[in-house]
Amino acid sequence: MSTGAFQLRSRFRAVTDHTVTVLAVLATILVIVPLAVIFAELIYKGVSSLNWDFFTKVPAPEGETGGGMANAIVGSAVLLGLASVIGIPIGIGSGVYLAEFGRGTKLANAVRFTADVLNGVPSIVMGVTAYALIVATHVSFLPFLGHFSALSGGVALGIMMIPTVCRSTEEMLLMVPHAVREAALGLGVPNWRSVLSITVRTASPGIITGCMLAFARVAGETAPLLFTALGNQFWSTSLNEPIAALPLQIFIYANSPYEDQRRMAWAGALVLIVLIVLAVSLVRYVTSRGVLKGNS
Amino acid sequence: MDSTLPEIRIHNPQTEPAPEPEPAVAAAAAPEHSAVRRYLLARGNSAVADRVFKVLMLLCALSIFVIVALIAYQLIDKAQLNWAQSGLKFFYTAVKNPVTGQPQYWDPVIGNFSAIPFIYGTLVSSFLSLLFAVPLAIGVAIFLTEMCPRFLRGPLAFLTELLAAIPSIIYGLWAVFVLVPLLREYVNPALFKSLGWTGLFSDDNPTGLGYMAAGIILAIMILPIISSLTREVMTAVPHSQREAVLALGATRWEMIRMGVLRNARIGIVGAVILGLGRALGETMAVTMVIGNTPEVHKSLLANGASMASVIANEFAEATSDLHRSALVEIGLALFVVTIIVNAIAQLLVWAVTRGTPSQAH
Repeated sequence: MSTGAFQLRSRFRAVTDHTVTVLAVLATILVIVPLAVIFAELIYKGVSSLNWDFFTKVPAPEGETGGGMANAIVGSAVLLGLASVIGIPIGIGSGVYLAEFGRGTKLANAVRFTADVLNGVPSIVMGVTAYALIVATHVSFLPFLGHFSALSGGVALGIMMIPTVCRSTEEMLLMVPHAVREAALGLGVPNWRSVLSITVRTASPGIITGCMLAFARVAGETAPLLFTALGNQFWSTSLNEPIAALPLQIFIYANSPYEDQRRMAWAGALVLIVLIVLAVSLVRYVTSRGVLKGNS
Repeated sequence: MDSTLPEIRIHNPQTEPAPEPEPAVAAAAAPEHSAVRRYLLARGNSAVADRVFKVLMLLCALSIFVIVALIAYQLIDKAQLNWAQSGLKFFYTAVKNPVTGQPQYWDPVIGNFSAIPFIYGTLVSSFLSLLFAVPLAIGVAIFLTEMCPRFLRGPLAFLTELLAAIPSIIYGLWAVFVLVPLLREYVNPALFKSLGWTGLFSDDNPTGLGYMAAGIILAIMILPIISSLTREVMTAVPHSQREAVLALGATRWEMIRMGVLRNARIGIVGAVILGLGRALGETMAVTMVIGNTPEVHKSLLANGASMASVIANEFAEATSDLHRSALVEIGLALFVVTIIVNAIAQLLVWAVTRGTPSQAH
């Protein structure tokens, strides 16, 4: 009798085990499918709408066909350049502090924690902050304040880059073996030189890809630009004026009633996603290879 | 030590192989030193340069605190106006329309501002997204860490990573042109037919937009972050735990349940809360599909608005200072809530993954 109960029970356990396996596989398929669908849709609709005009012309007036997103691409480049100028040095600097000077200290832990929290602050809040800081502030002798401008958009994006760059720089520096630092210091190299030309140099592929990742992430950000860079239908590269940006333009066109503009939105999305996939693949390649050959 | 030498060092990057001119200077200053000592002295004292460098790096690190403080200050400052007007009531009361008796939550023209519909919309869409995403994410994490053949593990992990890197706007674009029509034509009518009696699914919204659409797109967006963090905490569970449970004759599922999930549960909760933080603040995709009407509906298929979406929609064209201030106050609330949620999540994840290497072997 008891053996029968035992057999029933082990049968039940085996069935549960198989069910869970099937469920886990199903879950994975369910997650992969939307990704595949999104990519297929993007490539299908994007490639069919991409043409030379897309990269060379400014948007056509409402209701007319043709035109491109040249100004948005250039605008995005300007915004991202500005963001990188702000975000990358500060991010790398704080990463260097965390890995080289503050290891294990309370301050470093607090910085790390704050960076992670800052990373989770919604992008729209960054937009509001940049708006309050630059667009809504009027100072008579600072003419770049007080209106919508590329500058405010760049600042918002730059701030968003800092935590990502900081944390990836720290991670990469921690992967550099101690022996390398000790060798440099043993030769009498000053600490700052040892950090800059030995440790940071050794970890530079990783740090660069970390920057690429942050770059790709803010490249797709729309919310912080809505009321800072504002968007622009015409050519503009001035930091002092509203500027077009690729994600902003996609947002505007996605809500458009015109088929031609929707087509353009898909093409813009494809360009954006290609940029991001490239960055992510590069990061994956570098981190999987290890920063240093022979780093164990 | 001569204080001019370190200054030269800072500006001169070719330190090591250029000791030619300096030894002469040093020799003149201190002729009694040995050759080695003279050489070392001539290389300059790096203490000042080191200190300057360290302070610079420290300033960079401290700037992160400054940024958070600046965000808080700017938001509080710009929200003053609305705070003076309605105080805490902004978050829980609304003016009633004298004619119909219906609450009037948000009317920039008259100047009625209440955050209720946005808080409600954010909570409902985030809750829906967690409902969809959490079981799937944990399923994926289990598959990837415990069951997946080795050759599939890398590509699949890469795919989920990619899913996390797609910008919000592209999810929104896809949702508007693919997901929403799908919901409108097939899913929503079916839900109404089968579950309409619960009152949660109505058929009075012909657009396909609404809380449900927002919840689904949010679920797709937060899935990768939950599953990759869950994977991380699950791999952090020492192998000895798994082996011990298996040695007692457990099946694989029992091993996962007793050996892995039980040890990783705090970290998994942290991952879920981190996903919640993302869902709360997600802006563009939600703005594109939630319908953007400042109302409260019981039906999940009705149009609504979220805290982030109302800011995205109205901020640039705010009609009055009070309107703008009310929007900033919503932003402030969002900022505070996401900071708390993220801090909790971070602490939980750290509690599990910290000290992993020492435990593992």
